[in-house]
Amino acid sequence: MKLTLHIWRQSDVHAKGQFETYVLDDLDSHMSVPEMLDHLNDKLIKERKDPIAFDSDCREGICGQCGFVINGHVLSPEEHATTCQTHLRSFKDGDVLYLEPFRARAFPIKKDLCVDRKALDRIIAKGGYISVNTGQAPEANGILISHDQAERAFDAAACIGCGACVAVCKNASAALFTSAKISHLVLLPQGKPEAKMRTIAMVEQMDKEGFGACTFTEACEAVCPQSISISHIVMMNREYWKSV
Amino acid sequence: MLNSKIPPGPIQEKWTQYKAGCKLINPSNRRKYKVIVVGTGLAGSSVSSSLSELGFQVEVFTFHESPRRAHSVAAQGGINAAKDYKNDGDSIWRMFYDTVKGGDFRSREANVYRMAECSLGLIDQAVAQGVPFAREYSGYLSNRSFGGVQVSRTFYARGQTGQQLLQGAYQALIRQSEVGLLTIHTRHEMLNLILEEGKAKGIVSRNLDTGQIKSHMADAVILATGGYGKIYYLSTLAMNCNATAIWRAHKKGAFFAAPSWTQFHPTSLPQMGEYQSKLTLMSESLRNDGRIWVPKKPKKNRSPREIPEEERDYYLERKYPSFGNLAPRDISSRAAKEQIDAGHGIGPLRNAVYLDFEDAIKRDGKDVIVKKYGNLFDMYKKITGMDAYSEPMMISPSAHFSMGGLWVDYELMSNLEGLFVLGEANFADHGANRLGANSLLQACVDGYFIAPHTVMNYLAGEKQIENLTTPNAEKSIKETKLRLTRLLSIQGNTTAEEFHKALGKVLYTKCGLSRKRSELLEAKKELKALQESFYKDLVVSGSSDVINFELEKAGRVEDYLELSQLIVEDSLQREESCGAHFRVEHQTEEGEAKRNDEDFKYVSVWESTLEGEYLLHKEMLEFVSIKISERSYK
Repeated sequence: MKLTLHIWRQSDVHAKGQFETYVLDDLDSHMSVPEMLDHLNDKLIKERKDPIAFDSDCREGICGQCGFVINGHVLSPEEHATTCQTHLRSFKDGDVLYLEPFRARAFPIKKDLCVDRKALDRIIAKGGYISVNTGQAPEANGILISHDQAERAFDAAACIGCGACVAVCKNASAALFTSAKISHLVLLPQGKPEAKMRTIAMVEQMDKEGFGACTFTEACEAVCPQSISISHIVMMNREYWKSV
Repeated sequence: MLNSKIPPGPIQEKWTQYKAGCKLINPSNRRKYKVIVVGTGLAGSSVSSSLSELGFQVEVFTFHESPRRAHSVAAQGGINAAKDYKNDGDSIWRMFYDTVKGGDFRSREANVYRMAECSLGLIDQAVAQGVPFAREYSGYLSNRSFGGVQVSRTFYARGQTGQQLLQGAYQALIRQSEVGLLTIHTRHEMLNLILEEGKAKGIVSRNLDTGQIKSHMADAVILATGGYGKIYYLSTLAMNCNATAIWRAHKKGAFFAAPSWTQFHPTSLPQMGEYQSKLTLMSESLRNDGRIWVPKKPKKNRSPREIPEEERDYYLERKYPSFGNLAPRDISSRAAKEQIDAGHGIGPLRNAVYLDFEDAIKRDGKDVIVKKYGNLFDMYKKITGMDAYSEPMMISPSAHFSMGGLWVDYELMSNLEGLFVLGEANFADHGANRLGANSLLQACVDGYFIAPHTVMNYLAGEKQIENLTTPNAEKSIKETKLRLTRLLSIQGNTTAEEFHKALGKVLYTKCGLSRKRSELLEAKKELKALQESFYKDLVVSGSSDVINFELEKAGRVEDYLELSQLIVEDSLQREESCGAHFRVEHQTEEGEAKRNDEDFKYVSVWESTLEGEYLLHKEMLEFVSIKISERSYK
């Protein structure tokens, strides 16, 4: 199949970027989007041109590494899919695609389609954990957690840290990401003792990093590849007000 | 020459005795020692946080942009522990026996027993960290069964167990970067090992964002850099998984054990076309309820639901009635290959077999199946566009796990003093075939419970390193820069990716699921030729002082080309079949692997000389606690 690609090219964080156009007419509809870019890069390298920088690793939707914007859709035009889980069968022969990096102040563009998402790690570093050292743990079945509670905690813990929630948000808010971790840990009895400290520190760090506020447009939930619910944001806000 | 340092005494006492006798360092002195850890998967993150909690300085390196991206994240099905919560006859001993047998009696007894022993505490540790394992309605932990065993000892978090365990380890790691003496260097790739008087004392890294090459010195170096199954190009591994760290350590003298023992996972998605970059894994847990079959008489264009029961061959249930669809991975993969080679394969390229849930859905209802495997079925749909509730999945074997790796002793230290190797990067616990749900376990146990003791024991006898740099460090930097310049200067017409694909094809066809002497000899020649053409015809764009994914890839493929030749050598040398290593010359009349205990009851441990020759060392395996027997799952 044939696709016309307009791809954002930017040599580094300070450079001015622009779209460049590439036409590929030997594509297979079973290819994933990163495989399409591999194919394009092979051609560019042989033409002695700079290949397109894009992040990609596990290619099965779990590492959270890949991700850019395709025709205005964050990660994918498919529902709840990562970029690597998007195949060319999602498009029609002859389609025109615009590929561009996530746009958010807290995610500076490193090169082409790659952005720096370290801000998310810094939020976790402020308290997104249970402070237990190796060796301290009690017997696992000594902590009973009802099936439903464990499942709810899992729903939140499933976050892959891809940053799509930030990229899709008109305010570039990291509320879904941050709340997923706060919820995951506060829903478990082991996570409760540190809940107050954790919530305040993580929310403060989220603001410090330059992420915007949440205005409940629900766009994040709609794109989240793990379908994480915005009810976690409600829970984060409640935990925050309880804590301050 | 190879001293595996197995402690004396009965197997149940060895680890306790070791810990009782190992040297300690006063808490206030620990901060004077620095340890480098390369890799932030389960093994790397867990050892880093544990050492930092003890008070050591830790410098952590990962080529990922965040520690959380490491490939442990992709493990699906579960983690084993001999908790015996099911009262189904499990015990540390049983788990030890299952693992040694599963590895076809080619692993080190003492290590395996210790892994089973430490499995109990690991589940406790993970739960305390907040890992949301599956629970019964009562609130107690739930278990399921995995291949090669008859008990249910696998703990799981839906189909994302690796992700959840890694979250726990990542959070412990990142917590230490706030409260401990721990620094994380993301987007740094280890490109060389620095030795001082034969001991590992540092690494050379390249900052992948700026291109800066730098040396880092420390009192010990820990490699936890994962497996190298990606050498086959098409594999279940992530695109960036590589052997570079362990291979460069090998070139500095660290011995490589059993390089050719790579596990092919029986339930991955089949290749659909030439453009394909990876094969996605579907968790082995699916084999708890799915039935594997092929049509007895292949007729084209028949949908599986049109094929009547009597025309289906449930070949695993037929050949291995007592384990059925849960036969171990090596056996299941080979059985699938046998069916495909005999023309019974299904799918557009006739390279797959069916994994069918029709009976399970009839028996338990769709709701139960959704609850158990929902996310795996969703993933299947996202990738293939097909609905596995209404038609069977198509699966096929794919390169997956490296049982081989750098040789380590009981303390997880390589033959180079001060160089520790953890997790999939080492050779130790899995023998010639790994049992499902034992890899997460080994990575965690190595990192949380074993290395913290053995590393401290080593450091207690070491004088702290004083210099920030040394002549050897300078030399290693120079070597590293030269390699990069060489790769950039070739300016040919073939990309690193194309070389990698060609390499993968040679290995898949001639040194994959089954191996034949004549084909291995061909592979040897072909790989040599491929390597020569790599240095003549490689093209890498850009320069070394900016972000350059092509340069990263080229370095990894360069190492893979070298490692692949050792893999073939190892495969040729071992004139027997065991576990994942199946030499067609050595099989029983029924076509099962035929082990040769008389001549090969050892691990092949390789040294590469500067002249490019391979020297074989042998670690003889002694089975004192278990009686070595024929491995049967019939």
